[in-house]
Amino acid sequence: MADTMKMRAQLKGGVTEVKVLIGHPMETGRRKNNLGEFIAANFVQLVNASLNGKQVFEAQWGTGISKNPYLTFHLNHAKAGDVVVVTWTDNHGKTGRGEIVVTAA
Amino acid sequence: MQRRDFVKILFAASALVLVPIRAFAAMWNSPAFESTKLNSALSGLGISEIKESKQITIIAPDKAENGAVVQIEVKSEIANSESFAILVENNPTPLIAHFVFGEGADPYIVTRIKMAETSDVQAIIKVGNQYFSAKKRVEVLENGCG
Repeated sequence: MADTMKMRAQLKGGVTEVKVLIGHPMETGRRKNNLGEFIAANFVQLVNASLNGKQVFEAQWGTGISKNPYLTFHLNHAKAGDVVVVTWTDNHGKTGRGEIVVTAA
Repeated sequence: MQRRDFVKILFAASALVLVPIRAFAAMWNSPAFESTKLNSALSGLGISEIKESKQITIIAPDKAENGAVVQIEVKSEIANSESFAILVENNPTPLIAHFVFGEGADPYIVTRIKMAETSDVQAIIKVGNQYFSAKKRVEVLENGCG
């Protein structure tokens, strides 16, 4: 699931639950390969979420977030049809972007 | 100016001050995330005095079979909660994540974290100039930082 992002945004009882799954190895830099060499740190550092183009949420992550990061957050004034965009940047400057339309449950 | 009016103005002014400043950092806080001690991670975040709060809920397993993937859910019922810092004291780098909630986002997250060994999972919530915290002990049966 490398380089993939899965998202869902469901409106239920006035709250929009946004679920995000990012395909990323989240290497800490403390793990060794079969040859006993350290595997370089490679992890997502910044995650931003916007609703219809306006930023609503930010996450900063260290190496302690699990491989293939999973995240849920709640928006309280999104409507069906609104657009949620999530972008991420890792410690090597690599970026990813996912977009989802809010649907009513 | 009458005394009553003055009091009204005073209240209005203090309400303005209490409106949270929703600031996104947009830059990774390396001093805090690279700290190997809980206290230095906290000072990297500018957190000093912390009060315990029962209005913060942390849902995490009592026992984690595999420390590589421990699901945690954190919710704050404190009005004007601005951000969460999530820390695991016994991890090589205790600061796991920092979440900032803008206008329109509720102070609530679910995520999956790595735990090197049995430890408290601590959530620290920023409300204006104050910090509130709650902890949940998670016993780790197999470490996840390898």
